[in-house]
Amino acid sequence: MLKRLTTLAAAMLVSTALHAEPVSGGRANVVIQPEPPSLMMGLVQNGPTQMVAGQIYEGLLRYDEKLQPMPQLAKSWEVSEDGLTYTFKLHDNVKWHDGEPFTSADVVFSADVFLRETHARLRTSLEHVESITAPDDTTVVFKLKQPFGPFLGIFEAGTMPMVPKHIYEGTDYKNNPANNTPIGTGPFKFEEWVKGSHILLTKFEDYYEEGKPYLDEIYWHVIPDAASRAVAYETGVVDILPGGSVENFDVQRIADMENTCITDKGWEYFGPLSWMWLNNREGPTADKRFRQAVMYAMDRDFARDALWNGLGKVAKGPVSSSTRFFTDDVTAYDHDPEKAKALLEEMGYDGETVRLLPLPYGETWQRWAEAVKQNLGEVGINVEIVSTDVAGWNQKLAEWDYDMAFTYLYQYGDPALGVARTYISTNIAKGSQWNNVEGYENKEVDDLFAKAAVAVTAEERQELYTEVQQKLVDDVPVAWLLELGFPTIYRCNVKDLVTTAIGVNDGFKDAYIEK
Amino acid sequence: MLRFILMRLGKAAIILIAILTLNFFLIHAAPGDPAAVMAGEAGAADAKFIAQLREQFGLDKPLLTQLGIYLKGVLQFDLGFSYRQQMPVADLILDRLPATLLLTMTAFVISLVLGTLAGVLASARVGKWSDTAISTLALLFYATPLYWAALMAVLLFSVYFNWLPGFGYETVGANYTGLRRALDIGQHLILPATTLGLFFMAVYMRMTRASMLEVSQLDFVKTARAKGLKPGIIQRRHIFRNAMLPVVTLAGLQAGQLVGGAVLTETVFAWPGIGRLMFEALAQRDYNLLLGVFFVSAAMVLLFNLITDILYRFVDPRIRVA
Repeated sequence: MLKRLTTLAAAMLVSTALHAEPVSGGRANVVIQPEPPSLMMGLVQNGPTQMVAGQIYEGLLRYDEKLQPMPQLAKSWEVSEDGLTYTFKLHDNVKWHDGEPFTSADVVFSADVFLRETHARLRTSLEHVESITAPDDTTVVFKLKQPFGPFLGIFEAGTMPMVPKHIYEGTDYKNNPANNTPIGTGPFKFEEWVKGSHILLTKFEDYYEEGKPYLDEIYWHVIPDAASRAVAYETGVVDILPGGSVENFDVQRIADMENTCITDKGWEYFGPLSWMWLNNREGPTADKRFRQAVMYAMDRDFARDALWNGLGKVAKGPVSSSTRFFTDDVTAYDHDPEKAKALLEEMGYDGETVRLLPLPYGETWQRWAEAVKQNLGEVGINVEIVSTDVAGWNQKLAEWDYDMAFTYLYQYGDPALGVARTYISTNIAKGSQWNNVEGYENKEVDDLFAKAAVAVTAEERQELYTEVQQKLVDDVPVAWLLELGFPTIYRCNVKDLVTTAIGVNDGFKDAYIEK
Repeated sequence: MLRFILMRLGKAAIILIAILTLNFFLIHAAPGDPAAVMAGEAGAADAKFIAQLREQFGLDKPLLTQLGIYLKGVLQFDLGFSYRQQMPVADLILDRLPATLLLTMTAFVISLVLGTLAGVLASARVGKWSDTAISTLALLFYATPLYWAALMAVLLFSVYFNWLPGFGYETVGANYTGLRRALDIGQHLILPATTLGLFFMAVYMRMTRASMLEVSQLDFVKTARAKGLKPGIIQRRHIFRNAMLPVVTLAGLQAGQLVGGAVLTETVFAWPGIGRLMFEALAQRDYNLLLGVFFVSAAMVLLFNLITDILYRFVDPRIRVA
């Protein structure tokens, strides 16, 4: 027994030793899906763009798995006691990929000029900002109009990427030819993009962090078919499959291969939470009892285990458990068909058919819709599945033409950034599928979210967010499903790939390949 | 002859404009719009953002004005700009054209040569076991869904035997040059081109076989036999040449589709061609790009129809006279 323990301890020591000494060199072969429309992250913020361009561009901060800020372009930062002044100290030896020095003027240009015009999500957060100034070359000061709790959470590369002032100032940003050869400060620089085939990034030799990055190059392979992506890993063409690269039913098979590791970490900042929009305006879904019945009728554990390989968690409510101010002190909706039937009886549901839109993102979502249809059928709810492609789905949601519809959204670490938008009544507007699409209106909820966003202390915010979570969970404006677990699959000799809250998106800075 | 070609070209131009107009309305009639798709991809959007996009795409103008602007551009050989891909449509298409042509031409040659050969062989051995074998195989190729055949081919030759690369245009990152590169591309080409060629191979085989058998019953063949010509010569000079007419028609039809690419094959095999470009444009409602691909493939169909017609006049004197 003792011997076994010693061997195990020795093995762990060896692995820690290896782990502690990254090796330079090597190439990473990664799948990227779908092909990004552009790599200029200040203009385009879709998933694949963030993943590839997240190695080219940087923000002032990164976040660890607990969402605590870590230095990136900023080496330190201070927040004044009144919560109104944020002062960032920048690294002083940072260069853009074209050799120009990176200074505080670039930060002011990016945040105050460029991104205010191009970045819809950041623009909303920047409304709290009174001024952005640069007292010297390595200092930037953000002054807020009023305290804004999540402010320190908006400096990650996908949310506030730094763009070069010397290239973009005074130009037509969207048509600047430089967009095709992106220039950032990140550990890797753009080398080549053969459309439809691959993107090549190479090591930036002048990177400001000594010794980093370790890899020489990253090849991003564009492979449009999910089955072919699985084959690409099996045949050794690629070594890293970021979350969502292969269909869920292939995950287990691939994870069982030799020298293959799998993790569902690296999504904490996004906290992808899935739910079904329930149209609160009309039809049976307008009745709170019907919506509660839906929650009781669904077997969400089954969906997680059978469709998501047991990855992820059953959602407790509107806030993902990796997001700040989450509470599980809310009404629990376990799988309880009898309760569902009782609620339907009480409201006098007459069997009216409800239309369910699956998410057109592949086979898993289609199957999930079928599982939900079956669950709801068991308690007497008639469901008709209406299928569309992505464009059609967008339009149906934006025009409120649905009864129930699958979706998942990111939370960005803080309820004020990624949760409130779904439930506050000022966010009810046709034409977007990212606002309060369900049409839920509750003055109390509006007030709580408004107060919580600007409350100064974390304790105050926690109290307010706990209350709003309890209210929402009782009202069931939407039917929460799972906190999604997207598995990153990789060869085990690729080390330190997923170390932050955005995982692969800024992971290649630290990644290395063990010889 | 020149007058004939000019008249046909004039007609083709009118047809092309008509096709473009029809496509334009069909695409706009489909639900969804590019601004919403792009906003969706950004993960967040407010009304202002979507309005910005629509204005940028010119989608805020009346439909007829948009059509006018587009057609005016096309007449000046400008296929417009793909806002999603941030590139001129013509560049995007030209960029993908070589890969598509390589794939479709290879598939075309494979299917035409092998299909016709198999057909001739089968017709020479009617009722024998080799005829049955070829016909059965042809039926199988004809009936197998392309997608399934492609996946099975990858599974067998790539994953299981590890003989051939399962996808892609060349070995990414190998940086081969010259002959080594050509060989590498050739290796990558085998599976997609063969898979893509299977269906037409079956069609050519069945067409050739039937046509050969039909021609061999005609009077001039009997005459040739009565003259005492050798069976091989009759087969080659008399029957084969005449039996080829319907095959040429069919080949003309297939050739017209070459530029349209092969959506399924290119997707499964990650072949960077026009078919995939079109599919992505469709999914994203990238109107200009989609119309551009339609324009090019429609133009090619018309062109090849014209070429086929001209060829006919040379190959078959009866048509020239008529």
